[in-house]
Amino acid sequence: MDINILTVFILAIFVGFEIITKVPPTLHTPLMSGSNAISGIAIVGAIISTKINSDISTWLGLIAVIFATINCVGGFLVTDRMLKMFKRK
Amino acid sequence: MDYTNLAYVLSAVLFILGIKRLSSPKTARNGNAIASTGMLVAIIATLISFDLLDYKLIIIGMGIGGIIGILFATRVEMTQMPQMVAIFNGFGGGASALIASAEYLSNYQNNSLSMFLVITITLSVFIGTLTLTGSFIAFGKLQGFISGQPILFPGQQPFNALLAIGIVVSSYLLASGNLDNLNTFYAIIAISALMGITLTIPIGGADMPVVISLLNSYSGVAASATGFVLMNNGLIIAGALVGASGLILTNIMCKGMNRSLANVIFGAMGVPEEASKSSGKQINIKSSTTDEAAMILDAADKVIVVPGYGLAVAQAQHAVREVAEQLEKMGKKVLYAIHPVAGRMPGHMNVLLAEANIPYEQLKDLDEVNSEFEDCDVAIVLGANDVVNPAARHDTSSPIYGMPILDVDKSRTVIVNKRTMNPGFAGIQNELFGFDNTVMVFGDAKEMLTTLHKDLKEL
Repeated sequence: MDINILTVFILAIFVGFEIITKVPPTLHTPLMSGSNAISGIAIVGAIISTKINSDISTWLGLIAVIFATINCVGGFLVTDRMLKMFKRK
Repeated sequence: MDYTNLAYVLSAVLFILGIKRLSSPKTARNGNAIASTGMLVAIIATLISFDLLDYKLIIIGMGIGGIIGILFATRVEMTQMPQMVAIFNGFGGGASALIASAEYLSNYQNNSLSMFLVITITLSVFIGTLTLTGSFIAFGKLQGFISGQPILFPGQQPFNALLAIGIVVSSYLLASGNLDNLNTFYAIIAISALMGITLTIPIGGADMPVVISLLNSYSGVAASATGFVLMNNGLIIAGALVGASGLILTNIMCKGMNRSLANVIFGAMGVPEEASKSSGKQINIKSSTTDEAAMILDAADKVIVVPGYGLAVAQAQHAVREVAEQLEKMGKKVLYAIHPVAGRMPGHMNVLLAEANIPYEQLKDLDEVNSEFEDCDVAIVLGANDVVNPAARHDTSSPIYGMPILDVDKSRTVIVNKRTMNPGFAGIQNELFGFDNTVMVFGDAKEMLTTLHKDLKEL
């Protein structure tokens, strides 16, 4: 097993904890929908899996592309829609 | 030089910078734009650096997904945000499980799967599928397709234990080299799907904020696991960020209810419905009218509004802002006290009030606001119940004992608006309603506030 990717994973978790604890409760819903959009990064894997040349995998890849795109597009758009509403006096 | 991975590093940096900007409502919108740029970088890098991609399929998939995403994002009501996040979590988990499955199905025959790969594929399929089905159950409960009450059946816990053993055994079989036995792989998918359902149905509607946060975390972990399968840093980092975020929010929600995660997930199964002990106590309440409430408010300098989910259900956010603006015109200071579990997901109430154009500086969370009640003249409680029940502070027999609450009873006067005297989610009577400094105004929140607004203007 490649120890490098494990290192990346663990360090990323620490970075995540550091920056996310600084998000104020007021913004927790946009944080959630925004991080939801970020988990749409699965789209990268979905794109790659369309090249695996066997029939069934290609179709699974297509469904994965659809799911992940919904996540990215919907997630970032709805987060923007919410954040637009937060106004100062 | 490996440009693809360089691009993934860049997109990870953009995600982190984007989340960092969420630390203030002033910079948050810009942060979201930065994070979405990160996503674009990752997608473009992937599209240009891998050969043999099926572009036609990708365009079709992105087209369909994009349209569905836009429809969801533009149509959803702010009250429905928890459902939408739940269903999006499901799509994210589902995508990860599908990718890992595709990797398995196209490689299992030529023995090119190492033990490490088999383990990560199994993890990704397990977490991803569980997230998918669990999220759809959560969506169904929040949307009202399925009963919001805990759904229990005899032998639920032994059944769950059996499923867990099934997962362990089939994963072991797969990892120990029985690669070409497709049935084992399908069994893993089926058991994971079932577990997502049986773990979510026993959880009640009021505990949904915890479940959504947890599923949010899972969708990130599933993406990370898929990153290990594909040896892709972009997925690993982004997945880890989301996993951490979901876990932190889960923890905040549990603390807000003073319950452990295990208690939220398994709580409904172990404990039989026990009748609340404190409900026997007779409470003498003072019922009042909006005229009187207006007169009490006229004499006040500092007013704190405590909105609960009942306010959102009554669609009374705009009415509340009108009353608050009238009070400010009369020279009073108005704040809003928001409990962590006031809505149906973390921060939900804040979004609902922001939608009604209430400035975010006036929205105070539990830690900030509790000292403010000491010199507060009037606290207006709107559709909130358990989060203002003083029993949580002293009554060890109360089911909500130990839960952090908003100390509204320390204000000079408390005006409580409720539809009826029915107890709240925890099913317990609230002693606050019988306090000497409490006045009850019954009725629908929106109608009550509209009349109160009129009464205040006529003073």
